[in-house]
Amino acid sequence: MATSTRRAISLAAQLAALAAAVAGVLYAPAVVDLFDLMQYTFFAAMCILALSLGFIWGFGGILSFGQTAFFGLGAYAYAVAAINFGDSTPALALAVVVPGLFAAALGYFVFYGRISDVYLGVITLTVTLILFNLVNSTAGDEYRIGAAALGGFNGMPSVPTLNMPFDPETILEPEGAWLATAGALILVYVLLRLILASRFGRVAVAIRENETRAALLGYDPRLYKLLVFVIGGGVAGLGGALYANWGAFVSPTIFALSLSAEIIIWVTIGGLGTLIGPVVGCLIIEMLVARIGAQQAVNANLVLGVILVGFVLLLPKGLVPAVRDVALRGLKAVARRPRLPVGVEAVPAEKPSVAE
Amino acid sequence: MAEIVPLLQTRNLTMRFGGVVAVDDVTFTLGEVELRCLIGPNGAGKSTFFKMLTGQLKPTSGAITFRGTGVAGAASHEIARLGVGIKTQVPNVFNGLSVHENLWIAARRKNTPARTRALVDEVIGKIRLSRKAEAIVGQLSHGERQWVEIGTVLAGEPELILLDEPAAGMTHEEVVRTAEIIRDINTAQALIVVEHDMQFIKMIAKTVTVFHQGRVLMEDTIDVVMRDPRVRDVYLGKKVAA
Repeated sequence: MATSTRRAISLAAQLAALAAAVAGVLYAPAVVDLFDLMQYTFFAAMCILALSLGFIWGFGGILSFGQTAFFGLGAYAYAVAAINFGDSTPALALAVVVPGLFAAALGYFVFYGRISDVYLGVITLTVTLILFNLVNSTAGDEYRIGAAALGGFNGMPSVPTLNMPFDPETILEPEGAWLATAGALILVYVLLRLILASRFGRVAVAIRENETRAALLGYDPRLYKLLVFVIGGGVAGLGGALYANWGAFVSPTIFALSLSAEIIIWVTIGGLGTLIGPVVGCLIIEMLVARIGAQQAVNANLVLGVILVGFVLLLPKGLVPAVRDVALRGLKAVARRPRLPVGVEAVPAEKPSVAE
Repeated sequence: MAEIVPLLQTRNLTMRFGGVVAVDDVTFTLGEVELRCLIGPNGAGKSTFFKMLTGQLKPTSGAITFRGTGVAGAASHEIARLGVGIKTQVPNVFNGLSVHENLWIAARRKNTPARTRALVDEVIGKIRLSRKAEAIVGQLSHGERQWVEIGTVLAGEPELILLDEPAAGMTHEEVVRTAEIIRDINTAQALIVVEHDMQFIKMIAKTVTVFHQGRVLMEDTIDVVMRDPRVRDVYLGKKVAA
């Protein structure tokens, strides 16, 4: 059947792309200088944050204005645990678990309390602000968790960086940190792909499409949305831990609203409803911001605003879906032309031709 | 001899919206594998009645039992799991997904992947959309989307199927086909069908319940109901002493 052929082609293409990404990550330290490599490490951590929102918003239909709450909690959980344990391995695990549990508690009240989508945005925004103020006011020696002083608005300097798993003596060099961070990005991407292909992921997408219908078929939308939210929280937390590791520093500004807004811009520009879109959007914007930051002529936020308005007006679906649409149209045009080599027949994906 | 437990029973079911009584003291019984038609003018309370049966509305008072289990006020997904499926008046489908995915979601809840595949193929043939299996539901015609919704209900394999205006907006051939599907379903499953189209009712009906202003006006065979002057008056909007 054409469908199965198409699926096989799509799977092969995805595996090829994955292999290329892995090769790129492994090869990068050999060709990129150290400063750029560290810059890329930062981008990779941010891309994980972008994926967390791209997943819950694009596939769960949950627009959270507070992904930085989980990002920041992950960073702080990592810092506190790494200082106390002296080993980054359990710290990384806690950086996923703590924001995940926090998302579970918050999500329970939001979804089981049947709070509407608009208020979800307000609540997540408020929670981020509360966390910012809370952590900001923990200056002074009395605010410490074990050996780790929270430091209030000064933040926590000299956060232990990543070491080899369960081997605190072997600290990762910047090359190792790059491999760990970019590797985590690929791992998260693959994991989310697998989740979306599973029964759970397909039902979650169906709930995004029509919550009433899903409930009338016997699925509990509250539970599915809660789980999607928790996964998003855990992923954002991992991104936060890798960010803290990158700078060996974490401060309350990690909960800043400007970053929360930026994630939404990444996802919107890259393409809502795709996984690669948020990653692409994040890379483009962050590279741009880094470039603009290097000169004094224009303000970065001004440029961001113009880009967002431009995209919403001209490419409302975002970059990745727009490119995909153009490519598909091109392929269909090619397929419609007579006398073409074999194999082209299987290409018109998405919508099968109605006239048969 | 033990008393026979009806498939579905409501007792003194009432739904008030502020001062408006949408469903007023309805006592209704449906047997196993029964096909019942529900008719009545707009605003008679049919859709509200369906919404209470499926947990979309919590009744103000009264009881609903499904095979002896009280379900009044239960959540939609809990009632669905007991075996009640519904096609709503305004089509509730997964618009952004393909026909196949819509049915897969419905069938997969209680089936293994292999059984799901077989069931989806069977249902997709039944609703005659095999050739459009990969089409996005939001881009189909209104009649086809109605069938997709009926298909998702069938793929859930419920014991009781509620159809709220299944023939609305369909062409004559589509209506005939829908009647065929309903008769086919009724060989194994019970149905309650709300419909305005009398031609359609005649094709499928045995027993008909007439709703008027939230109450049950009468309940009888299709022929008796059609001959009853009160029913005609109700449809013409005249005042009726029930």
